[in-house]
Amino acid sequence: MYDAPHYTRQETGVTDVKIKAQDVQVYYGDNHAIKDVTVDIQDKTVTAFIGPSGCGKSTFLRCLNRMNDTIDICRVEGDIRIDGDDIYDKRVDPVQLRAKVGMVFQKPNPFPKSIYDNIAYGPRIHGMARNKAEMDDIVERALRRGAIWDEVKDRLQAPGTGLSGGQQQRLCIARAVATEPEVLLMDEPCSALDPIATAQVEELIDELRQNYAVVIVTHSMQQAARVSQKTAFFHLGNLVEYDDTSKIFTNPEDSRTESYITGRIG
Amino acid sequence: MTDISMGGSAPKSSLTTVDARTRKRNAAEKRFRAYGLTAIAIGLLFLIVLAVSIIRSGVPAFTQTEVHIDFTITQEQFDDAESQMLKTSAYQKLFIAALQSQLEDRGLEVSFDPAAIERLLGKTGGTIREYYRENPDQIGTPVRFELAASSRVDGYFKGRVSRDTVVDSRFLMVSDLDLVDALHDVGIITQAFNWNFITGSDTGVDNPGGAGIGVSVIGSFFMMLVVLVLSLPIGVAASIYLEEFAPQNWFTDLIEVNISNLAAVPSIVFGILGLAVFIQFMHLPQSAPLVGGLVLTLMTLPTIIISTRASLKAVPPSIREAALGVGASKMQTVFHHVLPLAAPGILTGTIIGLAQALGETAPLLLIGMVGFIARAYPEGVVSGFVDPNSAMPAQIYTWAARADAGFYEKAWGGIIILLIFLLTMNIIAIILRRRFERRW
Repeated sequence: MYDAPHYTRQETGVTDVKIKAQDVQVYYGDNHAIKDVTVDIQDKTVTAFIGPSGCGKSTFLRCLNRMNDTIDICRVEGDIRIDGDDIYDKRVDPVQLRAKVGMVFQKPNPFPKSIYDNIAYGPRIHGMARNKAEMDDIVERALRRGAIWDEVKDRLQAPGTGLSGGQQQRLCIARAVATEPEVLLMDEPCSALDPIATAQVEELIDELRQNYAVVIVTHSMQQAARVSQKTAFFHLGNLVEYDDTSKIFTNPEDSRTESYITGRIG
Repeated sequence: MTDISMGGSAPKSSLTTVDARTRKRNAAEKRFRAYGLTAIAIGLLFLIVLAVSIIRSGVPAFTQTEVHIDFTITQEQFDDAESQMLKTSAYQKLFIAALQSQLEDRGLEVSFDPAAIERLLGKTGGTIREYYRENPDQIGTPVRFELAASSRVDGYFKGRVSRDTVVDSRFLMVSDLDLVDALHDVGIITQAFNWNFITGSDTGVDNPGGAGIGVSVIGSFFMMLVVLVLSLPIGVAASIYLEEFAPQNWFTDLIEVNISNLAAVPSIVFGILGLAVFIQFMHLPQSAPLVGGLVLTLMTLPTIIISTRASLKAVPPSIREAALGVGASKMQTVFHHVLPLAAPGILTGTIIGLAQALGETAPLLLIGMVGFIARAYPEGVVSGFVDPNSAMPAQIYTWAARADAGFYEKAWGGIIILLIFLLTMNIIAIILRRRFERRW
């Protein structure tokens, strides 16, 4: 029924480092959730975070757009830089940061509004359109990039919550790209989707790589292998191994990585 | 009610026979359904009893026994009456003479003494004098007077007073009833819909027939306006801050506990607080809807805060994440996404709070809105807030405490008006809620 998407995979060439994380520690109260994570995430690359449940991959992902700020007891230490700017600097407004670093969540969470308004909300609050025509353009472009334009172009005023799960997730991706972010974070975007919808989203992720640095957290090793060029393996809050995806899946250096991808732990 | 299965050792049985355990479980379920149905039936029964008794006792308040008399006064009669020592009794005499001649015109020979007219109609002379003093141009032309019959006569037609139970007193003699019947036969005494009850104002204890609830409806209206305008924004703002912005620490915990406790404080406590703070300390006017509204606002705030917080909590966190994820600020997240989704719940809480406030009597007792005789409509919006007035429940309480059975009937009628007011408020809330819900 389902084959790996037949797009051509480009090997990661030499690209710029988009996000530079150094010695990141995250604490939830007394719980030390992320320990000494140092990783360079490259631009125009899909980076996959894999690892067993509770290993901290989602937590680390949420550090990259300061989504953890909303949790009172969460404390982040270390240094995370996007294009050289420390995102935890006092002068950085998380609102501005999140416009630059879009996020797609595990469960599709469209606003209970029309499809059009779902996309237009972000551009509207950031003042990206001067008039209705410009906004229409932004919405269309975002929906096209979200690979959902053809399905919804006739019913832009229909509620976004009325779409199927896979369509909703692509709508959420379109919403995330509508604000013209530079980095796209995806927290298990396919875990609530069926294989066909998953294939569509994966294809979309590969296309998004042309423009963005994409970071995807996934539980599916096959998915990581299919869509990513770089893979990071997290275990118990540590970044165990980070390398080209092909290397991680064929010739991992760490024995824990090998155990995980062969299914012995996790 | 443990439902643990028997384990593997049970002998095999056919699916078509019900085993003892299943039978017991099914019986328990049936019993539970029966309990539920019984509970609902009892509830419905009480509701019906309540509705029937309110309607039965309250509807008579909406009809009024009236006496129609065509009456003409000449200038000489007017001057003569005005020159006398007892002016109103002079008018009374003229009135009785007119009535007598009218009865004779219709071929009715009933003898009655002037005192009977006073028992039937009260002091009519005063009413007539007042009318002619205000409308001197009407002197000389026939005027039709519609006068309210006394409480006992009204009760006679409504079945409250009967020939068997009536005892001669200064209020009504048994022989008066013959006159009443005769007047009714010729159409001088009729029953009519009592608009005055809905639009009128309260009267003194001696005139239950003329008492109306209209002025206290206005009093309640202004009070509800104060409650709505103050408690909704303050309550919602406080809830949003506590729920979405405030840090979780011992101080906010303390506030939370106190709000929950305040919701359970007896309303009379708020009344005495209002008396002390608003009237004695701030010197706001007594008996004013403004003060009543302020006191009821204090009482309503906890209800609104608790229900608003509950409905804010019920908004899925994924919506907040989605909004934050596209770069909305916290305030934008709350006002663009969370609040609209919570609006129906907030509205429900508000209407519950307002309904409570509308029916509250005890705090009004302490700020002087009970027992006050609301005689006149406020002259404008400002005086609507600050002029002494009563409120519907206070008015009902006042009537119920008065001796005359006519007031008792008015109290029931007042309950009907109160319920209609409440129903109107609820319907508006439901329409608003539909609106909010349809937007999504």
